[in-house]
Amino acid sequence: MMALKMALRSIGANKMRAGLTMLGIIIGVLALVVLVSLVNSTTDSITSEVSSLGSSLLTVLVKDDHGSPLKLDNLQSWIDENPAIAAISPYASSNSTGKYGQENAGFSLTGVTGDYLEINGQKLVQGRYINLADVRNSSRVCVLDETSAKDLIGFVDCIGEEVSFDGVKYKVIGVIEAEDSIASFFSSSLNAYIPYSSLVRLSTSTGTAITTLYAGPADGYTVAQAEESLKELLLDRFDDDEDAFRISSVNIIEEAMNKVSSALTVLLGSIAAISLIVGGIGIMNIMLVTVTERTREIGIRKAIGASHRTILVQFLIEAVMLCMMGCALGIFFSWAILQIVSIITIDTSLSFHLQGNVVLWSVIFCFVIGLVFGLYPANKAAKMKPIDALHYGG
Amino acid sequence: MIELRDVSKIYKIGEERVRALDHANLHVYPHEFVSVIGPSGSGKSTLMNIIGCLDTADDGQYLLEGTPIEDYTENELAQIRSRKIGFVFQSFNLIPKLSAEENVELPLIYQKVRKNERMKRVHEALERVGLENRAKHQPTELSGGQQQRVAIARALVTRPSLILADEPTGNLDSHTSREILGILRELHNQGNTIVLITHDNDIARQAKRIVHILDGKLTEVTG
Repeated sequence: MMALKMALRSIGANKMRAGLTMLGIIIGVLALVVLVSLVNSTTDSITSEVSSLGSSLLTVLVKDDHGSPLKLDNLQSWIDENPAIAAISPYASSNSTGKYGQENAGFSLTGVTGDYLEINGQKLVQGRYINLADVRNSSRVCVLDETSAKDLIGFVDCIGEEVSFDGVKYKVIGVIEAEDSIASFFSSSLNAYIPYSSLVRLSTSTGTAITTLYAGPADGYTVAQAEESLKELLLDRFDDDEDAFRISSVNIIEEAMNKVSSALTVLLGSIAAISLIVGGIGIMNIMLVTVTERTREIGIRKAIGASHRTILVQFLIEAVMLCMMGCALGIFFSWAILQIVSIITIDTSLSFHLQGNVVLWSVIFCFVIGLVFGLYPANKAAKMKPIDALHYGG
Repeated sequence: MIELRDVSKIYKIGEERVRALDHANLHVYPHEFVSVIGPSGSGKSTLMNIIGCLDTADDGQYLLEGTPIEDYTENELAQIRSRKIGFVFQSFNLIPKLSAEENVELPLIYQKVRKNERMKRVHEALERVGLENRAKHQPTELSGGQQQRVAIARALVTRPSLILADEPTGNLDSHTSREILGILRELHNQGNTIVLITHDNDIARQAKRIVHILDGKLTEVTG
């Protein structure tokens, strides 16, 4: 207790110097906490974004159909025969110009079946989605998302309106919630969904052979089980050629994200740790100056009975305390900066907050730095001979 | 109490060997007030360092209360200083950041005395030097005489076997010097053993017994 008080007082005796010394630690902690918190918060947001795309999404790309291309009917029979797969939808997209009255807009037309709504986690806000009959009859119907409806037609409540894509008229049957994803942020075209069979007719680039499809597992089955079952079907279909197709699941993307995130955390963390070490060297420097300045005081203390250990502990506490004060200030400033960043980015789906474990690590790290870099100066003080120290500077 | 037997201390300055103490013999009995007088460079400081356990002799034997002080580690010497010796220095040597009270308290903290006991003894010691109303003052707010009285209180507070005063009046005017010497005499009357080191004959005469030191050799001057 007494030692703490003494350390506080000698730090307080030279506030300017203490503040400047702490600056190194403050900046180090700031860098560590803010950078790692930013990386973690960003990857958290992206990961949750990815999993909201459909946490149980399987994507199949067919690269080589071995002369027996997949057809819509095949997909339906797969669902019926495999309990693990609940939904399956082909996927193809094509760019097109949408026209409503005098309005024109670039569209990304996506050809799907009714299952796509569920697989992709979309929510209907108006009307209905594409159904089996639409696909079977290659109906000229389309589903828009809210943004597209507003941009092209002018209002969301647009069921029954007619939009023409490449000159062919499509009736709007439903409106889904606008996608608030990072992908949609970068794309400038509007989105419309039409039956896969209709897209085949409309677009020359899309054939009846399905090359991309999405699938989702049934309730009670994991993504891995569905993936396994889908793989069997595909192997069966494509002469046991594993290279004919590729299945990827969102989990893989999530795993990759986590790997990237932890790699970034380690990278940025070690850069910040280096600046903390530099701060620690600053502390050592100032402690050495302090020890020299207080040589006489050390002599007095030793003359009246302070042991080697007492002096060592006194200066160690001072060094550690300097570090911990710098650490506390650094954490406070980090918190303030993250608050400001959160306010600035309030409109985005990103949220930034202080990461508890980073704070804990920086506290531990600062403590260790204080100990390590305080040890040499403190030992130098403790080793002084009382007579030499007493006679120092008169 | 104190017994120096043929104590020698040799310093090397460059190639030259300086004999700061040359087979010095001294016996100080309990409750004695002894002055050691000598000009500067006579070996006074070396004598004081050895008596005060700040340094050890190269040759000869030093007994403090019958305990031989030799080949002790730094920490053991610190312990002996802490329990047996109270220092009063020429330049007061108070710690500037601490108040009078805290300066006096410091040796007790190093002895790990409990807080209540500490405060009691600190106030006793300050009372004995007549500074109980200056307890909270910083050294810089005190006059030289008052600072030296705080230093004496700090030397007293551990109830040491020996009070070692090294030119305690060297930085003070004659009036305050008399005051400080008065306090030392009073402490002697109360039963403390005091060794006073000085270069001033008038001050040395305050003691019952005077020892002369010159070129590291001690000679008794009967008083």
